[in-house]
Parts: sequence; structure tokens; C-alpha cells
Amino acid sequence: MWLPAYATRSERLGRLFVVLFAVAVLVFLIGPLFVVFPLSVSKDPFFTFPIKEYSWRWYADFFENTRWTKSLVNSLIAAVFSTALATLLGTLAALGISRPGFPWRKAVMALMISPMIMPVVIVAVGAYMFFGALGLTDTRTGLVLAHAGLAIPFVVVTVLSALSTYDANLTRAGASLGAGPVSVFFAVTLPLILPGIVSGALLAFAVSFDEVIVALFLTGADQRTLPVQMFSGIRDQINPTIMAAASLLTTVSIALFVLLSLIRRVRRA
Amino acid sequence: MAQTMSLATPLSRPDLRAALRRAERPNRLRALALALPALLFLIVTFGAPIGLFLTTAVRNPEVRHILPQTVSTLDQWDGQGVPGEEAFAALAADLARAKENSTAAALGKRLNYESAGMRSRIMSVTRHLGSFADGPLAPQFIALDPAWADTELWAIIKRNGAPVTLYYLLTAVDLGQDATGGIGRVAADQAVFLDILGRTLWIAGLVTVATLLLGFPTAYVISLAPARVAGLMLLMVLLPLWTSLLVRTTAWVVLLQTDGVINQVLLALGLTTEKLQLMLTRFGTVTAMTHIQLPFTILPILSVMKSISEGQMRAARSLGAPPLAAFWRIYAPQTLPGVAAGCLMTFILSLGYYITPALVGGPRDQMVSNFIATYINRDLNWGMAAALACLLLVMTLSIYLAFLRIVGAERIKLG
Repeated sequence: MWLPAYATRSERLGRLFVVLFAVAVLVFLIGPLFVVFPLSVSKDPFFTFPIKEYSWRWYADFFENTRWTKSLVNSLIAAVFSTALATLLGTLAALGISRPGFPWRKAVMALMISPMIMPVVIVAVGAYMFFGALGLTDTRTGLVLAHAGLAIPFVVVTVLSALSTYDANLTRAGASLGAGPVSVFFAVTLPLILPGIVSGALLAFAVSFDEVIVALFLTGADQRTLPVQMFSGIRDQINPTIMAAASLLTTVSIALFVLLSLIRRVRRA
Repeated sequence: MAQTMSLATPLSRPDLRAALRRAERPNRLRALALALPALLFLIVTFGAPIGLFLTTAVRNPEVRHILPQTVSTLDQWDGQGVPGEEAFAALAADLARAKENSTAAALGKRLNYESAGMRSRIMSVTRHLGSFADGPLAPQFIALDPAWADTELWAIIKRNGAPVTLYYLLTAVDLGQDATGGIGRVAADQAVFLDILGRTLWIAGLVTVATLLLGFPTAYVISLAPARVAGLMLLMVLLPLWTSLLVRTTAWVVLLQTDGVINQVLLALGLTTEKLQLMLTRFGTVTAMTHIQLPFTILPILSVMKSISEGQMRAARSLGAPPLAAFWRIYAPQTLPGVAAGCLMTFILSLGYYITPALVGGPRDQMVSNFIATYINRDLNWGMAAALACLLLVMTLSIYLAFLRIVGAERIKLG
């Protein structure tokens, strides 16, 4: 399989083995994602296969229970606002960092990326303590600020990667034709890096929408997000309504992923 | 090199470099100004909170604020023998105020960390303050509890009058201070923290090795596959990365349950006759974490593998290398940067896991993050939580620095 003509017989056998191994790993990767969907439409409250009877009752449960619907709305609100904030700040930062004369680039990048690698519990407890002193715990503002901080590195990295293929001569050309830096940005740079910015925004949205730990510490009953509601549910007693919630979260993730892939395709074409 | 330098120096005007820097300065400042809002934002919402939280690992306000008179009286005490009557009087006065402000419990809790039984001792004295007769207080304290005649007890109060303590940080590495302030190992039944740290490193290591063993061949196959197939395979790696960590953990909870899918399949295939306990086990935790981390290990390896030219293997083979030798001596070494990037990233992220061990693991599989959360949520012991956070952060940052050295922050790519 995908071998040159001179390959020996044992090489072919070995290759077949490696390919089968890789396929097994890919099934291992993708399989668990699709466990929740069938269980969410099973009539049985037990998580057993094969499914005997299908029913939408768990989705009805989800949408009739205000605790679930409210948490979904809370998640959407937090994600929209933190995405807007992170995209604005992250894009500006990437524009600065990509300029040739940017000082202390390595240190600044190391700092910008650090929210990605920081143990989330430390972030969450720190925010709980600091925001608590400012009266921002149990508020939407606190959650949005913390989520925006977590999402900024994702925007910076994606926009920087879009800028790495941007030809700086285009900026010079715009300037030589008499446009000021701001009009050059909006007329030339922005349209070209827009796919990168949108990709970053999609990532930022996913980061906030899926985040559990910071939300667990920063939200009270009124701002509780969907993942927090799910987490407490699983800790308590896992029930099929959680499968419905998990399916909804996964659907949103897949939708964001498909959007991103479409943007990438447009960019390449 | 040295020669060219010495030749070049007289030719270039000494201030040229400085002049160039000066000319570029506005540009540099403008570039920095663009990044400044995000930097400031991260410092305020991220750096400051974490910094503040970590300082609680050494902060020691309880004794100093609740027993101010006692602390200043004990300043004169040389630590030899039981302190005089004035110390007892000061303590009685401080505790009377603590009773009014209801701070005695906080004091008792803090001192109880240092010596078991201090909480009840403090609470008992505070309760009996009203019934103390006039005259010397020391005998009445000692009559209530002989421990008040113990030099060690007073030494503990004196030591904790300081605004800063090493107690939490020492405890986090299973060390303790005795009455004289000497540092030593704590009793075996209290030495739990090195075990937790070791367990965290061990689980992170297991997950890293597992993702490498599963991910390397997979990345190799994807790098060889024709574009169409490779695209599909890459999709199968990227999609899990996009799915919420909580959903993936939930899926594993369902799969690993005693009546779950894995046991059903094993039973149906006749591979086992009774249901296996998979939930709340180390195996379950490592499996779920490996599943979640696998894309982080695969992607950097894949990106390096794609850049290795096919011609090299062909050349090695044509020079007579057997297939395996060509692979190990020519191909594998070139993949090392990707392997390092993927494994370091997975190891860093694995150290900080909280959700997955909390939901899939048993009590013996809880990692440092879980204990930090427990200290905050259940015990309200901020000092211990912060000390553990310091250790976790030191581990994480030292590997992050290695990552920056070997890979570099600018090489991080997403999808």
C-alpha cells in the first residue's frame, strides 16, 4: 500500500500492518464522539446498545427544563461576548507582533501563548479570588473577561499564521498610492486576512462555549453555563438528558469545524 | 570571522547602528502599541489573579491579626520555659476580642494545621473566658488544658506571628517544621503530597508515551496516504480536537461503565466472562486522557513528516540499507522535532488535567489539579491550594520553557 515498486514482500506485509494500526487508532479517535448521539435518542434510560426503541423524549426534557435552556442561553451569551473581545484584542496584537521591528517578540509570544498551557484550575481559582475582590464573581462580566483571556492566544496564533502569507508589499503599494495606514488596513490588509480572523473567532467561540472549570468557579446559579450544568449532572447521576446536552454541544462543535474547513478551502482556492 | 570584524569596524561609523535604531524607534513603538491592549488585558485578567492566588501560599495573616497583643508579648519571650503571666493575659484579651468578632474559629483552624488539637484548645479557652476568676490566668489556662504549659505550643504561636510562613509550601513536599523551626520529613501517615505529585507526573508520562506509540504510526500513514485519503484521515484527527473535552469525557464515562459498551462488546466476543471494573480506575483515566491528547501529539509529528523528502528513503535503500535500517537511521531522526513538540505539549497539558480524572478516575487517580480544587471547595484551605498550585506551575513552566527552547512559541499551529 503506497509503496514503491521495489518494496520487498515483508515490507508490504509490514506496511499493511501499520496501515491497519493507523486505521484502528483513527477509529479510536473518532468513535467515542459518536457514542452520545444514538444514546440521546434511545427510549431506554440505560446506556446500552443495541438501541431497542428511538424517542426524542430526552431532547423534550432538555428544552422543557428551564435549568437546561437557561444554561444554553448563558453559554451562548458568554461565548459571543468573549469571542468579540478576544478577536479584537488578539487581532490587534497579531498585527503588532507580525511587524518587522516588534521588540521582545519571543518573550511577548511566550506570554501571549501561556493561557493555552496554564493548568486551568490555577486560572480558575486565581480568577475566583481576584474577581471576587472586585465583585465580579457570579457576574457575566467576570466570566466573559476570563474566557476572553483564555481565547486570546487562539486568535493570535491563527491571525499570525494568516499574516505570515500576507505580502507586506501590498501595504507599501497602498501607502504609495496615497492611502493612510488606517485606510490601507481596511481596504487591503483586512480583506486578505479576514479568513484568518474568522478562523480565530470560531476557535475563540469554541474555547468559551466548551469551557468548564473557570465557569464552575466564576458562575452562580444565574450565569451557570451548559458545560457546568452537564458537569454537575455527571458528578451527581449521569442521565440521558445529559446525552442530549452532549449531542447538542457536539453538533455545535461540528458546525464550527465545518465552517472553519469551508473558510480554509476558500482561502486556498 | 574576527578578521572581517576588525576590517569592518573602522569602515562603519560607530553611531550608525544607534542612528538606525533611533530611526526605527517609532515603528517599534507603533508595533508594540498594537499588542499592548492584549498584553495589558492578559496581565489584568490572567497574570494578576494567578500571582495573587500564588502569594496565599506564604501569607500568614491569622495569628498576627487575631492575636496582636500575644504576638508582641511573645517577642520578648526567649522560647525557654513557659512564657510568663503577661503572655496568658495578652492571649486572654486577644481571644476575648476574637470571640466578639467571631474570628476564633479561623485562628483555631490555622493553628490546627501546625499541631492537631489546637482548634479545640483555642475554642475551649474562648468558651471558658467568662468563667475565669480574677487573679493569675496562667494556672487557670493550665487547669483547663495542661497543654498550655507546653513550650512547643507557645513556640508555634510565636512563629506564626510572622506575616509569612513556609508551612504550606513545606507541607506540599511532605516537609514540616518542629518547635525550634528545624525542617524535617513529616510523619509517614501525613506524607501524602509527594505521592500526589509523583502520581501526576506518572499519569502525564503514561499518557504522553501512549499518545506517541499510537500517534507516530498514525501520523506516518497519514503522511504517506494519497491526498484524498490523507484529508479524510486528518479530518478524523481534527474533529475530536474541536469537540468539547467534557463531551469526550462523558463519552468515556458511558463506554467504561460496568454495563457500558466496552464490557458489552467484550462479553459478546467471549473475551471475558464477567464484567470488568473500568470506571474509577487508572486504566480508564489514562485511556480517556490518551484519547483527548492524541491529536496534540499527532499534528506536530505529521507536520514534520510531511516535510521529509521521499527521495531520502529511496536513496538510503539504493545504497543498500534494509527497509528497517533506512527507517530508523534516515527517517526517524528527522521526525524528532515534531516528536518533541507533540510530546512536550501533551505532557504539559496532561499535568493540569482536572475534569477527566474527576469523572473517570477513582480516589487514587486524582491529580494535583483535583486536590487544588478540593482544598478550595471543601476545606476552604487557600494556603494549601496555593502551595500545590505553585508546585504544579513550576512543573508546567519548566517544561513550557523547554518547549519554547526546542520548538518556539511562534511555531505553534492550530489545525
